[in-house]
Amino acid sequence: MGVRVIKLPDVGEGVAEAELVEWHVEVGQSVLEDQLLAAVMTDKATVEIPSPVAGTVVALGGEVGGVLAVGAELVRLEVAGEGDQEVAAAPREAAKAEPVAAAPMPSPAPVQTPAPKHVEPNVPSPPVARPSLGPPRPPSEKPIASPAVRRRAREAGVDLRQVRGSGPAGRISHDDLDAFLRGGPQTATARARVANTQVETVKVIGLRRRIAQAMAESKRRIAHFSYVEEVDVTTLEELRSALNAQNRQDRPRLTLMPFLMQALVRAIADFPEMNAHYDDEAETIERYGGVHIGIATQTPSGLMVPVVRHCEAHGLWDFASELSRLAEAAREGRATRAELTGSTITITSLGALGGIVSTPVINRPQVAIIGVNKEVVRPVWQGGQFVPRTMMNLSSSFDHRVIDGYVAARFIQRIKGLLEAPATLFIEE
Amino acid sequence: MADIAAKVLVVGGGPGGYVCAIRAGQLGLDVVLVEQGGPNGGLGGTCLNVGCIPSKAVIHAADAYHQAVTQATSAPFGIRVERPTIDFGLTIEWKNGIVGRLTSGVGALLKRHRVKILHGRAEMVDGKTCRVETDTGPQVVKAEHVVLAAGSEAAVLPTLPFGGKVISSTEALALSAIPGRLAVIGAGYIGLELGTAFAKLGAKVTVIEAEERILPAYDVELVRPVAKRLEALGVEILTRARAVGLSSEEGAMLVEQEGAARRSIPADRILVATGRRARLTGFGLERLDLSMNGGFVQIDERCATSMRNVWAIGDLTGEPMLAHRAMAQGIVVAEVIAGHRRVFDGTVIPAVCFTDPEVVTVGLSPEEARHAGREVHVTTFPFQANGRALTLGAGDGFVRITARTDNHLVLGIAAVGAGVAELAGAFSLALEMGARLEDIGGTIYAHPTLGEAFHEASLRALGEAIHI
Repeated sequence: MGVRVIKLPDVGEGVAEAELVEWHVEVGQSVLEDQLLAAVMTDKATVEIPSPVAGTVVALGGEVGGVLAVGAELVRLEVAGEGDQEVAAAPREAAKAEPVAAAPMPSPAPVQTPAPKHVEPNVPSPPVARPSLGPPRPPSEKPIASPAVRRRAREAGVDLRQVRGSGPAGRISHDDLDAFLRGGPQTATARARVANTQVETVKVIGLRRRIAQAMAESKRRIAHFSYVEEVDVTTLEELRSALNAQNRQDRPRLTLMPFLMQALVRAIADFPEMNAHYDDEAETIERYGGVHIGIATQTPSGLMVPVVRHCEAHGLWDFASELSRLAEAAREGRATRAELTGSTITITSLGALGGIVSTPVINRPQVAIIGVNKEVVRPVWQGGQFVPRTMMNLSSSFDHRVIDGYVAARFIQRIKGLLEAPATLFIEE
Repeated sequence: MADIAAKVLVVGGGPGGYVCAIRAGQLGLDVVLVEQGGPNGGLGGTCLNVGCIPSKAVIHAADAYHQAVTQATSAPFGIRVERPTIDFGLTIEWKNGIVGRLTSGVGALLKRHRVKILHGRAEMVDGKTCRVETDTGPQVVKAEHVVLAAGSEAAVLPTLPFGGKVISSTEALALSAIPGRLAVIGAGYIGLELGTAFAKLGAKVTVIEAEERILPAYDVELVRPVAKRLEALGVEILTRARAVGLSSEEGAMLVEQEGAARRSIPADRILVATGRRARLTGFGLERLDLSMNGGFVQIDERCATSMRNVWAIGDLTGEPMLAHRAMAQGIVVAEVIAGHRRVFDGTVIPAVCFTDPEVVTVGLSPEEARHAGREVHVTTFPFQANGRALTLGAGDGFVRITARTDNHLVLGIAAVGAGVAELAGAFSLALEMGARLEDIGGTIYAHPTLGEAFHEASLRALGEAIHI
C-alpha cells in the first residue's frame, strides 16, 4: 500500500492558479477512479477534478476558498500497491483516519490498519437521555400530546408543531418536550420570539468572491452615470405576440430580449463608442466591430454573464435560441469559459422583478450597460386623452470618463425610437 | 351605593360563569359574579336549575316508574309488583331538592373563594363597567376584566310561541302533573330525552321533527337502538313534519307532514325543543359592539372577544352548547386573566344523549374522519356479547371505534347502550392522550363491566377480539 499525490491539473489555457470552491471528498473517504474530488474555479468557469486512481483520501490540499497553483498538491490518496516514494512516509495521524473500507486491501503493512471501532467519525453516539425522534410530522397534521404535555409546552412558549414525537403515532411525550427545551435537534420555535444572537459567518468564495471583486473594482474605477428613459412597447408587444401566436415548431418563443438586442445592434452602428473596452491603465479604448452582448443571468451560485457573440451577424430567432441555450448552460453550471467572456456591451434584466428604475453596474472594461425595467400598462396622455399603453423603462449606466451624457442620451433615444417603431428594427438602410 | 371595583367581573352564574369565578378566586383574583336569579337564586344557570341536572332526575324517576310498571305486567327478573303509582308532585319536589342542594353548594364554593355575588340583572355600560339592578338598588361594578357568560335560552318557534300549553324544557321539568298527551317539537337530544321520560311516565307522546330522522346530528347506526326503543315505548314519530300552530279545537295542534295532508295532533302540552339560542340581549351586550360569529359572540382560542379584556365563554360563544365546554372555557379564561399562558385546546368535547339507550360521541364520526381525508378503520363491539350488559338486561347497542388505518391513532369513539354515558370519561381520556388501538387493547378492563366492550372493540380492530 502506497501514497499517491494528486496534483491540480492544468485547467485552462493561460491559467496559473485556481480557487478551491468545493470538496467532494473528505479525509478518510475511499474514492473510485474518476470519482470527483473537488471543484476549482478559474476566471469564470468552474472545473471539476476527478480522481485518476482509486484509493483512500488521507489529506486534502487546502480549504475551500483557498487558491492553488496549477501543479500544487490537491489530494493525497492512499492507494493499493506502490505509491509515490517521496510521500510514502505518510504521517501516522493521517494514516489512522483510514476507514474500514481500506482494510480488505492487500497490505504489506507499511501502515497499520486501525481497528474498525475507531471509524464512523460521523455517527456520534446519542446522549443517553434523549429519546430517538419519530419521523417528521406532515405540516397539516395536528401534534399528538397529552393535556399535561400541551400545558407544559404552552407555559414554556413552545409550539408543539415544532416538536417531534418519539411515541407511537408520533405522540409527543414529556421526554420529547424536555429534549426540545434543552435545545434538542429541532429548530427554535416560531412562537417563542426570543432574541437571536447568532452570527453566521459565510465565507465569500468562488463565484461570489469574483462578483464582489469585479463589482468593487467597477464602482471604484468607473465614473458611473445612469440615464432612465421610458419606452412605449405597445406596438412591439403586439408584434411579439403575433409572432409567438404563429406557434411554429422550428422557431423559439420570443421574449423582449431579442428585440432589444436587435435594437442595440442597430444603435451601435451609429454609436460605435458604446461597443468598446476602455483599458484605463493603458489609456486606450478598443472599439469592436463585432457586437458581443453579455446577458446578466441569475444562477444558483450567483450572477453570471454569458455572451451572445457576433450579434451583428445574426437575427432575431438566432438571438432567442442562443439566449435560452446560454441561460440554461449558465444555470446548470455548464457554461464554458469562452461563453462567459468577451462581451462588449451588457444587458441586464430582472424580468417581472424589474422595478421602475435601476442603476446597473458596468461590466468592466465595457463602457455601457443597458438595464431593462418591468413592463407595465400605464395611462399615457395622447391625442387629448389618456390611453392605456404598455410602457417599459430602460435604466442604463455609462462610463462618464469616456462617454458624455449627451451622447449617451442620444444613444438611448435611438434605441427607444427603434423599439417604439419595431418595423425600423428590420428595415435595411 | 358606592361603586365596586374588581379585577374580574363575571356576568352569569351558570356552569361557565361560576367555574370561572371559582378558579379566578383560587388564583387570588378579586371577583364579582352577577346572576340575574331564578327559582333557586339562579346559580348554576340553565344546567343546574332547568337543564342537565333536573332532566336527569326526572329521567331517572321515569325509568324507575317504568320499570315498576313493566314488572306489574311481566316479571323480567322474576320480580313482580302490584300496580305502581306515581305522585309526580313528589317527584318534582325530590328533583327540586337535588337542584337546591347543588345550587347552594355552588354558592358555598363561590363564597369560599371570596367571590362577591350580586343578584340582579346586569347591564353592561361599557367594556369595563356594569350596572346591576339589585333588590337594594342599582350597583355599579367597574372591573379590569369582564367575562361574559350569559348562556342561552330556548329557541322560540314563531308558529308556537311559549305560553299556555306551549312550554319549553324549563316548564316541562316543573310540571305539576304528567300530561296525558304530550307533543314534542324537535327530535334533538332535549326533545327525545324528555319525550322518552314522559312516555315512561305514562304520557302519550308524539314527536315532530323537521328532518328526515330523529337525532339528525348523530349517524343512523347510533340512532337505530334509540328509534327502536321509542317505538317499543309507543312514542309516535313524525319526521319531515312541521308544527303549523295550535288547532282551533281544544287540546290539539296542527302538523304538516311532507307528502301528507295537514293533520291535527291531540296534545295537552306542547314541548318546543327546537334548539337553543345564545342570549345576546337584555344585558347591554349591544353596547360593547363585539365582533360576532353568526348568532354568537366571536372568540379566539383564549376566549378573548374583539374587545380587549372582555372575554366570553359558554353558550354565548357557539356550539356545542354544553356545560362541560363552558366550564373548561371558564377555567381557561380565569387562568389567562391570572397571567398564565392558556388556550382552549381540548382535542375533543364529549357529547351525551340521555335517551334510552344513552348515546355517547367523542371525537370524529367515521364520516367526519373520512371527510377530513383520513383512511380509517371502523370497528364495533355489540353489548350482546358483553356479560355485564346482559346482567343489566341491556344487550342493545355497541361501542364503535374509528381509528386511522396507517398508525392506529384513535380519532373517534361512540357508544349507544344503557349506562354508556359513564364511559364518556374513558373515551375522552383515550383521545386526549392520543391513544392508539394498541393502547386501549393493552389496558386491562375490569370484568364484568360495560367498559370491556370498549376494550374488545379495539382488539377487534386489531383482529384480536376474544369474545366475538
